[in-house]
Amino acid sequence: MSTTPSGLSGHLPHFAGEEKKSISSPVRGGGASQGRRGSWLALFALLFAFPALAVEPSEMLPDPALESRARDIGRALRCVVCQNQSIDDSNAEVARDMRRAVRERLTAGDQDDQVFAYMVARYGDYVLLKPPFKAGTWILWLGGPLVLLVAGTVLLIAARRRRTPLMPPEPLTNEEQRRLDALLRD
Amino acid sequence: MRRTLFILPLLTLALMAGFFAWSLLAGRDPASIGSVLVGRPAPRLEVAALRDGEPPLTDALLRTGKPAIVNFFASWCTPCLAEHPLFTRLATREEATIIGVAWKNKPVEALAWLKRLGDPYKFAGADLDGRAGLDWGLSGVPETYLVDGQGIVRRHFRGPITERDVNETIIPFLRGAK
Repeated sequence: MSTTPSGLSGHLPHFAGEEKKSISSPVRGGGASQGRRGSWLALFALLFAFPALAVEPSEMLPDPALESRARDIGRALRCVVCQNQSIDDSNAEVARDMRRAVRERLTAGDQDDQVFAYMVARYGDYVLLKPPFKAGTWILWLGGPLVLLVAGTVLLIAARRRRTPLMPPEPLTNEEQRRLDALLRD
Repeated sequence: MRRTLFILPLLTLALMAGFFAWSLLAGRDPASIGSVLVGRPAPRLEVAALRDGEPPLTDALLRTGKPAIVNFFASWCTPCLAEHPLFTRLATREEATIIGVAWKNKPVEALAWLKRLGDPYKFAGADLDGRAGLDWGLSGVPETYLVDGQGIVRRHFRGPITERDVNETIIPFLRGAK
């Protein structure tokens, strides 16, 4: 199984491994618990799984400090063809060009904000996953807190009003008292 | 107080309906990237020539006093195929200056494509690695820019141009721009 030279098994190593286990494990005792441990392990591994980055090793800068800055910038820049992916997550051609441009700018000595400005000059605020605070976007930034403030005020006022003392409950009628006593006696 | 509270959901509904109506009728496209280039000087145009023996493209082509159309295309791009006859028409009937840039396209393939379909480009460049595309805020091909004689970008079409764009925007631009 593992020696199959087909390209498919190379791409799907997990499939290949699982198949092998399911064939051999029922025969031996303890195989089931081992399988369960395996699946727990897989689950555990999945918990720590991150979406694969599209950044290829060949694109990376030799200087780890610059590369890590490039990553931070790449995560904050929006791919212009896939909308809600960052350029680091996207396999699109344009995203690759943008990653290259980010690295070229950094290598040339640009500060992070200069790199952002470079991209904004070409693609507008659209490329920023975190839009800047300005005339066109204030409602985006303040809308949430504003709604919270209004709703909170309304709730507070409503709660204040409700604090008016409640009427004490009416005493039980004779009939009700009799039924209650009967129930309690049982 | 209680009665006014009943108006709140209605008011919310009216607000939302208003927003939806505006979105639908005003042609709002939330997916649109827009273009920051419009109204600004055209980006740097420094591209190697596509055709053998021609000089590379330079900024001077965009500051001739005559309007120019810059079109990024590729032979592997189907919408480019669709808009191609429109450029042919603009080149022959309007005698427009059309600058074609083959984006991420091997010159051999781009040239074969132009040989097959006809070549409407007065100047043709090859942007093999997409660097010029990035400078022009390109998101893909095809994209088309209308640049006036002073080198200011006046329109930026993302995606293929249509018959309607030609009649309502491009031809009036070519005839009106100085």
